[in-house]
Amino acid sequence: MLKKTILSAIAALTMSSGVAMSDGHSIDIVFVGKNTGNPYFDSLTQGFVEACEVIACDFEFVAPATAEATSQIPFIEAQIQRGVDVIAISPNSPDALNQVFDSARDKGIIVLTVNGDITGNEDRRDATILPTDFTKVGADQVEMVGSLIGYEGEIAILSATTEAPDQNFWIEGMNETLANDPKYSKMKLVATVYGDDQPEKSTTEMEALLANFPNLKGVIAPTTVGIAAAAQVVQSRMIADKVKVTGLGLPSEMRDFIKDGTVEGFQLWSPYNEGWLAAHFSVGLKNGSMENKVGGTFEVPNLGTITINPGNSINTQAALTTFNAANIDDFNF
Amino acid sequence: MMKNLLKILSGREAGIFVMIILFCAAVGLYKPHFLSLNSLRIILLLVPLIMIGAMAQMLVLVARHVDLSMGSMLGFSAMVAGLMYRDMPDIWWPIGFIVAIGVGTLLGLFNGLLVTIFNLPSIIVTLGTLNLYRGLTFIISDARQINRANIPSELKAMSQTSPVFGIPWIILMSFAIAILTFYIVRYTQLGRQIFALGSNPNAAPLRGINVTKVTLIVFCISGALSGLAGIMYASRWGFVNPSNTGMGFEFQVIAAVVIGGVSINGGVGTVLGTFLGVILLGCVAAALPLLGIPGTTQSAIYGSVILIALLIDRSVRQRTTARSTRSWRKK
Amino acid sequence: MTESSENPGSEKSKLMFLVNRPESMTFILLIVALFGASMLSEYFLDVNYILKSFTLTAELSIAALVLTMVIISGEIDLSAAANIALSACVFAYVQAIGVPMSLAILAGITSGFLMGTLNAILVIRYQLPSIIVTIGTLIFYRGLAQVIAGDKSIRVPEWFIGINNKMVLGIPLPVIFFIITAIALGFILGATIYGRQIYQVGTNNTAALHAGIKSNRIKFGLFILLGVVSAACGIMAASRLGSVRYDLALGGELQMVLMAMLGGTYIFGGRGTILGTFLAAWLLVIVSTGMTVANLLPAIQLTVLGLLLIVAIIATNFIYSRAQR
Repeated sequence: MLKKTILSAIAALTMSSGVAMSDGHSIDIVFVGKNTGNPYFDSLTQGFVEACEVIACDFEFVAPATAEATSQIPFIEAQIQRGVDVIAISPNSPDALNQVFDSARDKGIIVLTVNGDITGNEDRRDATILPTDFTKVGADQVEMVGSLIGYEGEIAILSATTEAPDQNFWIEGMNETLANDPKYSKMKLVATVYGDDQPEKSTTEMEALLANFPNLKGVIAPTTVGIAAAAQVVQSRMIADKVKVTGLGLPSEMRDFIKDGTVEGFQLWSPYNEGWLAAHFSVGLKNGSMENKVGGTFEVPNLGTITINPGNSINTQAALTTFNAANIDDFNF
Repeated sequence: MMKNLLKILSGREAGIFVMIILFCAAVGLYKPHFLSLNSLRIILLLVPLIMIGAMAQMLVLVARHVDLSMGSMLGFSAMVAGLMYRDMPDIWWPIGFIVAIGVGTLLGLFNGLLVTIFNLPSIIVTLGTLNLYRGLTFIISDARQINRANIPSELKAMSQTSPVFGIPWIILMSFAIAILTFYIVRYTQLGRQIFALGSNPNAAPLRGINVTKVTLIVFCISGALSGLAGIMYASRWGFVNPSNTGMGFEFQVIAAVVIGGVSINGGVGTVLGTFLGVILLGCVAAALPLLGIPGTTQSAIYGSVILIALLIDRSVRQRTTARSTRSWRKK
Repeated sequence: MTESSENPGSEKSKLMFLVNRPESMTFILLIVALFGASMLSEYFLDVNYILKSFTLTAELSIAALVLTMVIISGEIDLSAAANIALSACVFAYVQAIGVPMSLAILAGITSGFLMGTLNAILVIRYQLPSIIVTIGTLIFYRGLAQVIAGDKSIRVPEWFIGINNKMVLGIPLPVIFFIITAIALGFILGATIYGRQIYQVGTNNTAALHAGIKSNRIKFGLFILLGVVSAACGIMAASRLGSVRYDLALGGELQMVLMAMLGGTYIFGGRGTILGTFLAAWLLVIVSTGMTVANLLPAIQLTVLGLLLIVAIIATNFIYSRAQR
């Protein structure tokens, strides 16, 4: 099945209207992660790696040691120097990279932001590949926590950093859903706290939540670091029946908590698919078989038809995937 | 002279104790459940790693050295133990302690050797090993973290409870280390030698102190306790990450030790002071999220606390010298 | 210092002179690094690229030059990187709320001046150990930067951006600033009485005081100089990046000390040169750029930097102890 799809995809690519193939060398793609040692990006990278084994690209992964705003700049400069074809990047900052993206595109390098966008500076990149439709995340997460607490009671949000644009976007969505949908009228959001994507801080914030709100019934942590920390607190205090933790988490980190019942369900998307898609899109753009046009579509093996949304934004999957005891073992990331 | 000295020293610790009481009372007025048992638990849980780090750093500072590589030693030891747990899942879990402490000791020994054999300033050596050990941590782990699933649950349980009033094992262990350090400082020759070495390194060999041996021991202790902190990290947080684990640890430890009255010039410091310094930092760290103080202001507060502690330290010392000079002259 | 030789201008004494200087070690490491980096990656040996890479850490390098003087005088200032960030945040914040650019720059420089003054007062007036004080102020300044900027970036106007793209004779402006600062400071340190006094204060503060040298005033001045220069570097960084965040130059204090140490500066004061730090700054750029463009992961870079420091310090110590014989 996979082979057939690939063969037909290749056929479709080669039959595309008369844009010349590049001079025969395979496309050089570099993915610049936020930082090393981050398990989320291991999975994303794997998608790239396996895609490039199948289609004609050479792939390398680089990342700085720390996730500060400016730490990726030397790496991008280096890739420009190396003359790569495509720079895919998970940006640490919405605007610190403007200058260096400009110089990359001046040299004809395609710049794709993956997994997150450079809000306010979208014109500096060619396209963005997002994991899913971000506008639905807030509502889906509220529904998730609601289903666990019987749609009634106090809930809190444990977020990452105060300025992370994707976090704030989702939290806004959550607030809107809570305010406007009568299904959740008996649920009350009592606090939004920030764990800065650090396990220690996330843990102390969670403990503070439990201390400040003794009637807390549910916690939404839309960050992989936050949900793992919150689950750890609940597990060590053995209050899983009183406080329900959910959010966006990595199956590999949450598996233990699902198995012993601390967490009943959580959601995410597939970082692997993002990498897979990004690689195909890059190669397609470079050899002319795909066009970066709003409203256009293209085919990616295993993922089907992908639409390019306004702002050159691409969603890898339509909605969040829910993980629970039934399917937790099916995933290896 | 001795009486005055004792008075001043106990004054310093009493000062910190008072600060702790005042701080907790002030926070308690605003948020009453800060003064609950639960809160105490949170504070004490924040503290074990820094406590044992502070004990080690105290000895290092008293010997007139400094160890900036503690965080990286912590990370490396934790990673070695974590890799062991991941690749040998059936191993008897307490071996992680032996492995982490052993690895830490070796790292500390390397620091000590560089300092003693080549006569290098410890601040630079440990600056170098801070980077070196962190880099090695990335290399041995292939830049991947050790997930929660790979850490034995018995190890994680040590941060949750124990048969002793339900106080988590890691808290008990950190108190034990503090008591052990106190014993070494007060009642062993090694302790006396460390203090003598720090207050007058030139005179030390004349007093029969084997400078090389004592220095090596001090750095090995620093490494060993960093290793212990490493395995405790895995216990408390349930995972090991090559970039985060231990990052910034040395600065938190130095802050606690400075607040506790240990002098950077060597020869001065008490276990009680260090202990209280750690507790005070723990109270502050626990109170800030409770008070809703944004993460962005917390650093400013920590920095001010250190500066205030230093100023208090200095005014105390001024009074000491004034008093002792006065009494000396009277004779 | 050198072996006696009948003819002071002879080849042998010149060679001895060179061998006994830590800057020679730095220079040799520099050549080795250049060689190694070109072997690692074919993309490395491009003058424009190397110059461009230098601008990424130009702020730290310039501040490191002044830090060298502080260290030679027997103190240390670990808060310089936080100073860069805080001054940049003050500057950016002020100009973002509508204050004209020249006043905003003044505000930034003034904040650097104040930070340097605070350090100086705590260390000299209150006689607190500079290493702990500046660790405290480093945390404090970084915290203040967080209070001012939060987690956000503050942008600067388009026309202000891109100082690193402005070239003189093909050399980016920040590099020019670095070279000019190095020449100026090198002159002050090496050829003026003030410079000589700095060395004396660092070698033996008590003796210097007894000789009538105003050691306190000298140190005070150096802290303030570092504060002001750091602020200027912060504003330069704002132009380079186009926006300012509280985490600008995070960890930069270690890099600056690294540059000073690699350049042969003695941590306890009394020895070191601007030339050494100058060469060391280039050495660091070459080493890290060489590794980055070869796509070596940070793991290896950290390890190499750590080893480099240890090797350099052993060599420096060796050279100094030989020179004393």
